[in-house]
Order: sequence, then C-alpha cells, then structure tokens
Amino acid sequence: MAGFLEGLSPIWQGLQQAFNLLISLDPQILRITALSLIITMSAVLIGSLISIPLGSVIAYGKFRGRNALIWLIQTLYAFPTVVIGLIVFLFIRKTGPFGSLNLLFTPQGMIIGQTVLVLPIITGLTISALVAVDLTIRDTITSLGATRLQFLISALKEARFAILAAIALAFGRAISEVGAAIIIGGNIASPGNFYTSTRTLTTAITLETGKGDIALSIALGIILLLIALVINIVISIVQNR
Amino acid sequence: MIEILDVYKQFGEKKVLNGINATIERGEVFTIIGPSGQGKSTLLRLINLLDKPTRGSILVDGVDIHLSREQQAIRRKMGMVFQKPVVFSTSVFENIAYGLHFRHIDRDVIRAKVEQALEVIDMAGFDERKAKSLSGGEMQRVALARAMVTEPELLLLDEPTANLDPIATHKIEELVRHYNRESGTTVVMSTHDMQQGQRLANRIAVIMQGKFAQVGTPREVFGSPSDKEVANFVGVKNILTGNITGSEGGVAALAVDGLTVKAVTSLPVGTRVWASILPEDITLLLSRGKQISARNVFSGHIVHFSPRGPLLNVTVDCGVKLSATVTWRSAEGMKLKIGDEVRLSFKASAVHIMADGGGGPG
Repeated sequence: MAGFLEGLSPIWQGLQQAFNLLISLDPQILRITALSLIITMSAVLIGSLISIPLGSVIAYGKFRGRNALIWLIQTLYAFPTVVIGLIVFLFIRKTGPFGSLNLLFTPQGMIIGQTVLVLPIITGLTISALVAVDLTIRDTITSLGATRLQFLISALKEARFAILAAIALAFGRAISEVGAAIIIGGNIASPGNFYTSTRTLTTAITLETGKGDIALSIALGIILLLIALVINIVISIVQNR
Repeated sequence: MIEILDVYKQFGEKKVLNGINATIERGEVFTIIGPSGQGKSTLLRLINLLDKPTRGSILVDGVDIHLSREQQAIRRKMGMVFQKPVVFSTSVFENIAYGLHFRHIDRDVIRAKVEQALEVIDMAGFDERKAKSLSGGEMQRVALARAMVTEPELLLLDEPTANLDPIATHKIEELVRHYNRESGTTVVMSTHDMQQGQRLANRIAVIMQGKFAQVGTPREVFGSPSDKEVANFVGVKNILTGNITGSEGGVAALAVDGLTVKAVTSLPVGTRVWASILPEDITLLLSRGKQISARNVFSGHIVHFSPRGPLLNVTVDCGVKLSATVTWRSAEGMKLKIGDEVRLSFKASAVHIMADGGGGPG
C-alpha cells in the first residue's frame, strides 16, 4: 500500500482547514449556509401550506380515484431531483411558459424546485398521519358536534406529531438535494448581493470539490451533516411525545 | 322522546339491524342488552347520526333526524361515549372542554364548567395532566365528562364499561346514575352485562338478530322473558318445555319429561308451552324433614354446584334438572354435597309460563 498514508495527508489537511473555516465563522460559509436554510425553509413553508390542507381533503375525502391518487403521491416520494430540476427549468427558462418572470438562476427559482420536491412528501405523509388517527377519536370529534372545518383542525391536532415529523423529513430531503439546485440555481456566487446568490451547501460542495477546494467542501459537508443531525433529533423528540 | 321506527341497517351483504322499533321516553335510562355483534353499537351510531339507516326512521321530538338539514344542531343536543376509552392528545382540561370550544362558549364559562365536571368525576386537580397518561377507567370518566359538559338532552353510552375493571365500572355506573338523576337527561346505553342492565335501567331492550326481542322493565325481562332466546340470554335457569295436560282453578298441570309441574296460567289444556322458574324462587330442603305446602315438590339428587357471587346455584336432577339458589352459609349448614338426596319446592305462581312459539333454547 505504497502511497496510502501520503494520500491521507491532504484529507487530513483539508479537515484541519475546514475546522479552521468553521471556527473562524468564515463569511462565505455563513452566506452559503444562510442561503440554503432560507431557500429550504421557504420551500417547506410553502409546501406545508399547500400540502397539509390538500392532504386533509384527500385523507378524509370520498371520491373516485382516491386510492390511485394516494398511490401516485407516494410514488412521487422518490421523484429524482434532477428530473424535478429539468421540469422546472423547462418551465422557467427564458423561452419557457414562465420565462418572462426571470426565475432561472435565482433563489426564487430554487424555492420553486424544492417546493415541488416536498409537495408529495408532505402531502403523502399528512394523508398517512390523518388516516392513522384512531377511528373512535374521529367519531368522538364528530359526535361532539364539530363542523367540517373543526373536524379537520381537530384531526390535524391529533396527528400533529406525525405531521411535524413529515415536515422535518421533507426539510432534510430538500436541503440535501443537489440535482434540481444546480440545474435551476447554477451555483452563482454573486458576492455583491446576497439575495441573488444561488450557492447553497450542496451546489457549493459539488462544484468546489471539482475545483479542488477540498477544505471548503469538507466544511460545508460537516454543516450539512449537523443539519441532518438536528433534524433527526427533532424527529425523535417529536415522535417520543 | 325518541321514536325508533322499523329501522334496518345493512353493511354490504351483512344485515345488522332487522326492524328495530321502540319509543324511549324523556328522562329514562334505556338499556340495550344483547350478545356481541347484534347491532347494539350500530343502533347508537344511527341515533348519533354517525351512520344512516338503510330503511326506517328515528324521530327525536317528532323530527326525523336523518332527513333534517340541521344534522349538526341535532348532534349537538346529544353526547356519546364509546366502548373504547379514547382521549385527545392534550390535557385533561382541554379534553373535557373540546365540545364546548366547538360551540364557541366563552372561556370563563368553559373553565367553570370543566372545573365542575372534574369535581363530579372525582378528578379535581387533574386539569393539566396529559390525558393519554390516564388509566382506562380515568379516560372513560373524562370521556363521560366531555359529553356531559355540553349538557346534552340525550346521552348515548356504547358499552362504556366493557373494557374496564369492576371498580372503574362501578364508578362509571355511579356517575351515569347520578347524572341521570340530577339533570334528567335521557340515557340510552348498550351493554352485554346483564347485571349492569338490571342495575341502571328503567327499561331494558333485549336485542337478538338485529331486532328487539323484548322491551320492558328489568323485572319484566328477567322475570318474564318473552321467549326462550331471551330467557337463555338473560341467564334464566330452569327453562322447561312441555304440554298443559290439565287445568283447575287457574292452575295448570304441565307435563315436563315425566314430572308434573303446577303453574298459574290461563293457557288452555293441550297448549305446548315453555316455562321458567327463577332459582331464587326455588327452596331447597333436605330430604328428611317437615312437610311443605308448596304446590310443586320434587325429589332428586344434587348433580352440580355453581357459585354466583355471594350465592350458590345448586342443580338437582329431579328427572328434569332444576337449579335452586341458596346462600353459601346455608349450603354449609346443610352440608350439601354432590349426590345428596334433596327436595325442591316452589309455588305455582313462581312458574313463568308462555305458549311455545317454536325455536328452542340454545
């Protein structure tokens, strides 16, 4: 194994530099992390506002094709993010139907991409959470004289922990995806204006690694892992309630 | 007043209710008893508008509730407690307040009502406890309080004690009795527990194959069951079948497997009948001993003992097997044991006799 130890040393150096970057609160890293969090939080917020009501209607609705629809939504959990990126790209590029909105290579465009990604996840898991609400509890809500809206709100309250877990899961998937982010965002640094930058944790790792900036990539990778850890802690706290 | 008019309910191919008819008076405790799977819950769910009847109608104060457009207003005049004790995943206080929030009741009023309800269910101070951490019995008391604070005109209880231990059951029964007495609320309750029916009900309906086989006071149902199935179900011992062979002064002679039992009846000679005698009405005596004046005295030997709480059922083979109830103390005093020769006696008026409309006891 000649060269193995020699090969380890740049990794070690990269790690050390990465820690230095993290400890010194490198502004570039802070910008990238902040942007990632803003984009993903926005997408998850918008996604939740659409998906939770939508999931409620599907969960307790009686209509033809309900089961097929649920099956379709669950299949979309595994929607490849590059394909989402491609589809959104086709719609928002200059010559696309929404080209005039100038969303390509903007954080707003990336929010759209991630929203599309989290919609089926939050919708589907909201449906599962609501269907899992005990039948006697549902009868009790009705029996207590709830209106249709009061019924849905009460059922959502009962399912709140499962729905919070769904949101956390969607957040984790959105912040760690790279395919759509690169196609739609393009990893533009835009040092002058934070709000036009499209460099997120994942796109920066992808492209900086290619350019040889190992230290930055490792530092960003550690941040991503920390975020994943926090999400996991949130999910387990929520589920142990 | 609730009128149940020829109500049928079918789930797919499965016929659950087959023509239920009854009138439930305001303020009474009306108990539906019957074996599991006979449609007790279904009937309560129909009254609570949680399901629609396949046929027939249910009128509350003259209004067909399933045709009314005011479904929610009607439902808000009812409260229901289900067999399975369930609570919302929030505090005990918020659980009890749930229905009041739906009705947009003032917060101060809610607080007062909930506090009062907590007193009534003997759970004062439990306000902030997580409801999910309660025992089954406590959950069911919370469920009862949750229904009671909305001050329903009708309280529906679907086997509320089926999953509870005897002490928790006793508490729920006390609450129901107290609540009915204090508020005058009509209570419709299902149970498979005969004793519970007897303890709580003003009237009992026995449900068999999706129909009310008999509706009456506990005394009527247990003392004079309308047919053999009801008699069997309500646990009547000593069911006899035979023919009336003679009649004199309102007392008929009934031939049962070689015995002649005297019974008070106006049924004519030749009628095929079935009869029942409550074990409490049969006196057991040792074979040697004084003469007795009862119309029916039979000798036999003891074949079986079965405990019944503080009492003991003694089965004696007199040609026909009859059970008599004695206290444990008197059984010990008489030194009763299997095989002992004893005599049984009962009055002709203790025999509940009915023309046999066919169908046999199980």
